[in-house]
Amino acid sequence: MIFDFFRNTAEAVRAINQKYATPHIKMTRGVRFSLGVLRFYLLLLVGIMVYKFITLLH
Amino acid sequence: MNILSKFYYRYKKILKTIRLYLIIAGPGIIVMVADNDAGGITTYTATGAQYSFHLIWFLILLGPVAYYVQEMTVRLGAVTKRGHAEAIFHSFGSFWGWFSLLDLVFLDWLTMITEFIGMTAAMSIFGVPPIVTVIISWIVMGTMVLQGRYWTWEKAALVFCGLNLIYIPAAIMINPPVDKILHGSFIPQLPPGGFTNALFFLLMANIGTTIAPWMIFFQQSAVVDKGMQEKDMLWGKIDTAVGSFLTVVVAAGCVVLTATLLPGQIINDAATAALRFLPINRYVGALLAIGLLDAGFLGAICISLASSWAFGEVFGWAHSLNHKVKEAPWFYAYYFFDLLLAGTVVLIPRAPLVLITLFVQVIAVTLLPAALVFLILLLNNEETMGEYKNTLFQNVANIGIVVMIIVISTLYGISALFPKILGG
Repeated sequence: MIFDFFRNTAEAVRAINQKYATPHIKMTRGVRFSLGVLRFYLLLLVGIMVYKFITLLH
Repeated sequence: MNILSKFYYRYKKILKTIRLYLIIAGPGIIVMVADNDAGGITTYTATGAQYSFHLIWFLILLGPVAYYVQEMTVRLGAVTKRGHAEAIFHSFGSFWGWFSLLDLVFLDWLTMITEFIGMTAAMSIFGVPPIVTVIISWIVMGTMVLQGRYWTWEKAALVFCGLNLIYIPAAIMINPPVDKILHGSFIPQLPPGGFTNALFFLLMANIGTTIAPWMIFFQQSAVVDKGMQEKDMLWGKIDTAVGSFLTVVVAAGCVVLTATLLPGQIINDAATAALRFLPINRYVGALLAIGLLDAGFLGAICISLASSWAFGEVFGWAHSLNHKVKEAPWFYAYYFFDLLLAGTVVLIPRAPLVLITLFVQVIAVTLLPAALVFLILLLNNEETMGEYKNTLFQNVANIGIVVMIIVISTLYGISALFPKILGG
């Protein structure tokens, strides 16, 4: 039963990924730039959090 | 006779307008008042205790900030008929969609734990054991959604919003110095001691509590579930404006309370403030405790719904409060699962509740910028928004606000991770 639940969930996730595979917003320069900055910002944040986690472990 | 009929016509028109507003009113007031959740009340009480009446003007300025951000969700929801999670998936693809959804779910769960912490702390003042508070909260929250009508849930939530105004009579009861309140409200000023790191940290905390990611997701989904149309948008904006006014009034009320009765004291949480009020004025202490309970309760019901709606939108299952449990089983199952999980954590002996509160501040920093950036980009997409896209003035105001919130929230999150970075 649990196996069925996870299998159904995985299928649902695959269906969602297929449905939203293509972004519908017009990728203007402004949109691309904003998403690029956002990616960089989030990577930086995650890096800081990982650094904090490692220093805590030490 | 002509004058009488004109007066009667005007009177009927005003009455009709008020009735129409009351029908549309809801999402804006609820999200704004719920923004004064357990964490928010703690921040405001700390602000008043540490800096007296000197920062009320700053809280007043945060009202329009909250309005401009939340107003965008009204337009986006009314035009696209999609919640924020679904809008992100649809417009930006599955990577950003999953990032936003999973981040939201995790952040919301952590925030709900802090709401339950606030509720149990408030009721502990009256000698009510945490387990009783949690169970009663579950029952009331469950009853609210099981009516099978969004309208019923909304009106019940508005009653709790009304209770959140309890800080105002409490503030009046203590005969605060009106001249100092007016001075602090309308004359921008720094407290004695100037601009210190501690002040900066508290200002950041106030900004951080003004806009939370769940608010964006909640209001947009609520607008959709309510069935708001483009023609209702003006009322939705007025609803949001009224909500932002109320949120500022409550925040100011909290500041006035601690500024008057607990000046110079360090307040770590609102329950501590309520306990310290009791020997001074037991009615005010009781009112603050009730207000904290209400704040935590409102926060919990809105945050859990924000997650449930988001999941339902993305997974395509029925996700409306207008559906009964049998019609939307997964929507309600997620809602109750979220509540039960958050409430249970608070009951675990020696659960790291302080760490969880810290985590909320840090995790919010990862979601808030993304949610705000997506909001701005969507509101500028002519294909989606048509004539309702952002005007130049709205872009200038909103982008300025978004950039400020992102910078401040980031600094706040980083200073929570590295407390000494600002010399704290």
